[in-house]
Amino acid sequence: MNWLSDEAISRLQAASALPDFAGTRYRLVERVGSGGMGVVYLGEDTVLRRRVALKILDFPDASGELAARLLREAHILARLEHPGIVPVHDAGTLADGRVFYAMKFVEGRRLDHLDAGKDTLFDRLRIFQRICDTVAFAHARGVLHRDLKPENVMVGSFGEVLVMDWGVAKILGSNPENHSAGPRDENAAPAGDPSLAATLETAHGAVLGTIGYMSPEQARGEIENLDARSDVFSMGAILQYLLMNLVVIPARPLSAIARKAMATDREGRYISAIAMGQDIACYLDGRPVSAYPENTLRKIARWAFRYRVAIVLVLTYLVVRALLLLWFRR
Amino acid sequence: MAHDTEIGGISGKFPATQWSAVRAARSHDPGEQRRALETIIAAYWKPIYKYIRIRWGKPVEDAKDLTQEFFARLIEKEYLADFDPSKARLRTFLRVCADHFVANEAKAANRLKRGGGAQHISLDFPLAESELTRANVSLTAAASPQRIDDFLETEFLRSLFGLAVEELRMFCESHGKKTHFRLFELYDLEDGGPQRPSYADLAAQFKVAVTDVTNYLAFARREFRRIALSKLREMTASEEEFRREARALLGVESE
Repeated sequence: MNWLSDEAISRLQAASALPDFAGTRYRLVERVGSGGMGVVYLGEDTVLRRRVALKILDFPDASGELAARLLREAHILARLEHPGIVPVHDAGTLADGRVFYAMKFVEGRRLDHLDAGKDTLFDRLRIFQRICDTVAFAHARGVLHRDLKPENVMVGSFGEVLVMDWGVAKILGSNPENHSAGPRDENAAPAGDPSLAATLETAHGAVLGTIGYMSPEQARGEIENLDARSDVFSMGAILQYLLMNLVVIPARPLSAIARKAMATDREGRYISAIAMGQDIACYLDGRPVSAYPENTLRKIARWAFRYRVAIVLVLTYLVVRALLLLWFRR
Repeated sequence: MAHDTEIGGISGKFPATQWSAVRAARSHDPGEQRRALETIIAAYWKPIYKYIRIRWGKPVEDAKDLTQEFFARLIEKEYLADFDPSKARLRTFLRVCADHFVANEAKAANRLKRGGGAQHISLDFPLAESELTRANVSLTAAASPQRIDDFLETEFLRSLFGLAVEELRMFCESHGKKTHFRLFELYDLEDGGPQRPSYADLAAQFKVAVTDVTNYLAFARREFRRIALSKLREMTASEEEFRREARALLGVESE
């Protein structure tokens, strides 16, 4: 047997790691990152001549469990057609046995790479509203994300906001107690769909998610108790993250919204992502926020802030009028 | 090309997937156990020999004897019955066993008796020794506690890849794909430095199109990956351990 030098070993390691796209319409360009279940490569669709992101299960999986999970992620994404969710173009198995799916290649930056100097509070809240809309849509289709965090949100070059990495998503069951998921869409993933329901089959006690962003019930592995309010907890943690490192100190109502979303007892949280998004909209419009009870003084202050332009104009008019009166009486 | 040892499973006599030598080594079926030990020895004898040379600074002849006897005892004394895959990797376990074995041998100082009565395993020590020389390993530097683990890991990988390359060669020969293997050998295995041939050079040399070189190399690499992973699977006891090892050794996936 030939002796293998260190250089040859490195080349063989690289040959083992790179996916083989021979026989497909895709050409590998470069590796761009890794997600929960696989590695993401930038590729080129040689037929349509466009760039695509290729997510590949990049470690061997004899049981087929991980491959099935990756394909289910593709199936879930295919059902969730929304501007805030990256569209899937294709899915399949490579010649070397690795499972992959192709999706739109999103250029932009992750939410955890926001620029504290450039991204104002207003910018951040607008981004957060888009996240609320996307998550609410997924909930309406009966899908929980279960791993919402800044690293899984992309802000595109043209302002688009995309919620990524649905690898540990859960299909909500038909349990009537899941009312808090919000109104179910008529196109919702059916609870009995065997191709998707397997995602549900996460054993009690199995913890999926990210510490710091997952709800207490999720951290305890109470899979059967998860509902939309678990994602709401994660969104509260994201909001809290967005309120950090700002040039201005965030207003109390915003902190109150984050606190309410992250209540330890899920009964104390927003009932849905829609409700949370509505509170953010209220704050942006200068209207009362449900998470922040106001006394009369605070109501007046908020009212004054909301109509500050009109108030300044009226006051300016009154002052000028008074000055003119004084001038002519002299 | 001759095998460097008479033992080991490079002829495809085991199923390519799912079969675990680590699990089979603890089987009650003597035949199954024997084959499993042969597989483990084929992958580990060189790393262990080199480890004894480097870590313990043993001269060539002593290292040969110690390696022979270590694996003979591995077979006879059923060391692997004590191996718990949930607590350690196989190579870590073997390294600890080797350390105890060599230390005890030194204490007993019964070198003359070593090997007496133990079964003989045919191992190509001159080849292993020449590999150490070619690698230009600094014995003192590699023996440092910080580097010895890396050294053993690299040597295991070298041994595993060596077996996989050999099996790939046999596979290509038996399937009429000698050119595929030869291209793989020239482009991926040989050290050419700046003179490393390009795809165009290889196409001219083998009188094929450049696209054929690309396709042949893709085939050989794909088969190499398949074989290397099946070898690695044989050396692990569980699916989880297999995935972990595939990440650590083959670089598949990261972070």
